[in-house]
Amino acid sequence: MLAAIGVGSTQEIFDRQIPAGVRLGRGLALPDGMGEQDVYEHLRALAARNTSVEDELSFLGAGMYDHYVPALIDMLMERSEFLTPYTPYQPEISQGGLQVMFEYQTAISELTALPVSNASVYEGPSAVAAAGYMAKLHNGGHRIVVSAGLHPHSLQTLRTNAHGFGAEVVEVPLRDGVTDPHAWAEAIDGQTSAAIFAQPNFYGAVEDAAALSAAAKSAGEGRGPVVIAQVDPITLGILAPPGECGVDVAVGEGQPLGNRLDFGGPSFGLFAAREEFLRRMPGRIAGETVDVDGRRGFVLTLQTREQHIRREKATSNICTAQALNALAGVVYLTWLGRRGIVELGELLLARAHYARERLSALDGVEKFHEQPVVREFALRLDADVAAVRRRCARQGVNPGVDIQAVSGREEDRGGLLVAITERRTRADIDRLLEVLGAAVAAEREATAPTQREATVAA
Amino acid sequence: MSPIDENHLHADPAIESHHPHASPGIAAQPPLQRQRAQTIFQKGAPGRRAFVCPDPEVPFVDVSELLPERFRRSEPPRLPEVSEPEIVRHYVGISKRNFDLDSGFYPLGSCTMKHNPRLHERVAALPGHARLHPLQDPERAQGALELMWNLQGALSEVSGLPHVSLQPSAGSHGELAGVLLTRAYHEDRGEVRHKVLTPDTAHGTNPATVTMAGFEVVKLATNADGGVDIEDLRAKADTDVACLMLTNPNTLGLFDPNIAEIAEIVHGVGATLYYDGANLNAVMGISRPGDMGFDIVHFNLHKSFTQPHGGGGPGSGPIAVSDRIAPYLPVPVVTRGDDGRFDLEYDRAKSIGRLRGFQGNYGCFVRSYAYIRSLGGDGLKDASEAAVLNANYLLARLKQHGVAEYLPLAYGELCMHEFVLSGGPMKRDLQIKTLDLAKRLLDFGFHPPTVYFPLLVDEALMVEPTETETKETLDAFADAIAAILREAAEDPEIARGAPYSTPVRRLDEVAAAKNPVIREVLV
Repeated sequence: MLAAIGVGSTQEIFDRQIPAGVRLGRGLALPDGMGEQDVYEHLRALAARNTSVEDELSFLGAGMYDHYVPALIDMLMERSEFLTPYTPYQPEISQGGLQVMFEYQTAISELTALPVSNASVYEGPSAVAAAGYMAKLHNGGHRIVVSAGLHPHSLQTLRTNAHGFGAEVVEVPLRDGVTDPHAWAEAIDGQTSAAIFAQPNFYGAVEDAAALSAAAKSAGEGRGPVVIAQVDPITLGILAPPGECGVDVAVGEGQPLGNRLDFGGPSFGLFAAREEFLRRMPGRIAGETVDVDGRRGFVLTLQTREQHIRREKATSNICTAQALNALAGVVYLTWLGRRGIVELGELLLARAHYARERLSALDGVEKFHEQPVVREFALRLDADVAAVRRRCARQGVNPGVDIQAVSGREEDRGGLLVAITERRTRADIDRLLEVLGAAVAAEREATAPTQREATVAA
Repeated sequence: MSPIDENHLHADPAIESHHPHASPGIAAQPPLQRQRAQTIFQKGAPGRRAFVCPDPEVPFVDVSELLPERFRRSEPPRLPEVSEPEIVRHYVGISKRNFDLDSGFYPLGSCTMKHNPRLHERVAALPGHARLHPLQDPERAQGALELMWNLQGALSEVSGLPHVSLQPSAGSHGELAGVLLTRAYHEDRGEVRHKVLTPDTAHGTNPATVTMAGFEVVKLATNADGGVDIEDLRAKADTDVACLMLTNPNTLGLFDPNIAEIAEIVHGVGATLYYDGANLNAVMGISRPGDMGFDIVHFNLHKSFTQPHGGGGPGSGPIAVSDRIAPYLPVPVVTRGDDGRFDLEYDRAKSIGRLRGFQGNYGCFVRSYAYIRSLGGDGLKDASEAAVLNANYLLARLKQHGVAEYLPLAYGELCMHEFVLSGGPMKRDLQIKTLDLAKRLLDFGFHPPTVYFPLLVDEALMVEPTETETKETLDAFADAIAAILREAAEDPEIARGAPYSTPVRRLDEVAAAKNPVIREVLV
């Protein structure tokens, strides 16, 4: 090979191209390589130091959920034909991947009742930021109004991005667990490019999506803002879809649809919108066409939106997205099917209701709000949440997410967010009831003297 | 009535008759790949299903009591109604209409399609990784945080920059992080800068990112050797420039020998230097962006560090930065205490904030970490050396008589991990375009190189073979190119009509964009 190239050594190829001053000149200070078996054992040992949802009874949620992933998804995702290609730049040999994208788009459009969907973006919170950017491109407004019910990660991600693209983010408080309708309408003005809420919101409450959309549209003096909802796709079998609630753009975290937890990713972000946004959408879109013989086929389409064609005038910089995770999403929705997604939604509703009523009847535990919920709900503990969670952990139970630890809001003190999936049986919920009840009682008892001392000292 | 949908299985004999190598005789049934496309929404029957819903086990309460009517969906979404065997047949069937890296050579320039070891899939699927909730308490996710810490350390060493954030979701997301970091850096110094420089050879994500981060793009010219035009840089580098985004080796596959001078000019006006890591596979263990003077680097774990690309993701785009950029890194940041315990830190006053939910694409971290531990420091260097050797060997093979006069190298003599040929002479002398050559390669069982990029090369073909290909594969590819050119000299129509052997032939992309059909029509 060296003779064909006309050099004496591989080193010579580098010597002739890279100036000596910027060459490393030493080996990388990294551990030596290992054989496959040793690498496996090392990664297994690291895995063993994590407490997964298989190792405890977990009620963690707040954006990612322990739903059952059917075996056929593992099998399909591991297939070389789906796992190892690049983005389908050559459609003649990429019909499988392109058709998956087309089917995915169809499923997301159906689920959201919005006519156009892209083929996925990175994940939930960055999808919210991408929608905010699209709204600014659409109408030029410099103000984005968001409900405080939006997931804190979404809100923070939006702020990071909006600081770059030049928009002010204004937060609207909650009242009784849902977006305050008066504050919402008042916050939206003629310069508002987007109005964003979550359905259900971060505290599990079902928002009046139709009322929020209508209020936003009529508040914006003339052209209203783009109304954006962050939705949880697994609730859309039973909750009114965003497209029927006046929402313009629906975004969301796709993980609940057939994707594993993976400590937070990779999953996928869904992004669907009304027709008028089609040519401003970020990300890949697969479209149907025919080949020279009239045979049905699929291609990446509307690429004049995209960075590789439009460069600085592109509607987004996104290139690699989450095709394999979106495949899991559409296979999962197919596996659930038309009736299954409703049945699953009703199951979650029933079990969450059972858990919420029982848990809020415990001493020192109350509902965070009285709004309807689907599969996740906030409680307020009359005890230090971190301490209660530690007590529960000793019993092998993870009772849920410490809300204040995620939101950082003072008013969320005492908040515990409990997620119920179909994997948590009635017996599991009853176990949570027992362990959480005992932990709250013990924690209140343990801290009671301290509080008395504090009172005396005062 | 036939048990099989005849429309579904209808073969199009036109393809057989167009195929220059078509063998006589007609198969009783078309192979799977040739069947007419039918989506999952066109299959199944009402009532069919795969999912069996668990028993709710809790006392029955009517849905209307739990969820007021006005919040409820009135009609179920029209998802498919199919059985599990139908789902498996459908998706396995359409998978066979995909070309993939495990099936053949994939020399897609700037994409680094190297082998994806299956060990990585196995370790990523271990429940301790795959079923770990992202909000698990750090003290009960020590293995995951240690893995992230170790990966950060390895990326820091490879890049020569001390601080790493794994959070960005892909290369373009890492670029956005980098430009937002640059903004924060200047703002913290009380400076307002409006412009970001990008060479005309840059990946499209660079200028697109600049716009998204609220800056104006200023293009830099390329000199006769394929590097940054230093005079143009001097003319444009002023105190309104926030950053220069550069790929080195660049998209022509050339290492810019003036990099030290470029860094000096950029730093001289107080701007930052950003390294697009798409081409890092050329220089691992050989030359480090930090030592070249770069302030911010993004990595593509789905390129250099062999996260499988999945047909368009997932990827992962960690960033490494210099000391002066470190205060602005996104949160959370992985920390290690004096006692060796790992934690996540959220409270950092100067941070740009979050770029996404949770900590990043951890599943990709597991795979890339396994890769780095498999190869070790010397192995990473070997990988880059072999990648550069392979690229130069393939380039040498394509300099042979009968090829080089039609597909000359656009710039330089040698290359790094990839090279760019110009199809201009081929188009002029053989009457076939780069697109035709690419489509004809499909009939030879190869994925074509990246085509029509970079934009400044006429009829560009950008070839990146990677280190995991054998000499035999490279020879076969070079022979295929030569064969196609010989064939074109005799009859250019063959290449112009290609491909012939693929599941579909050339598709009407203009019609697809003009009248977009982006979802199945449901009834």
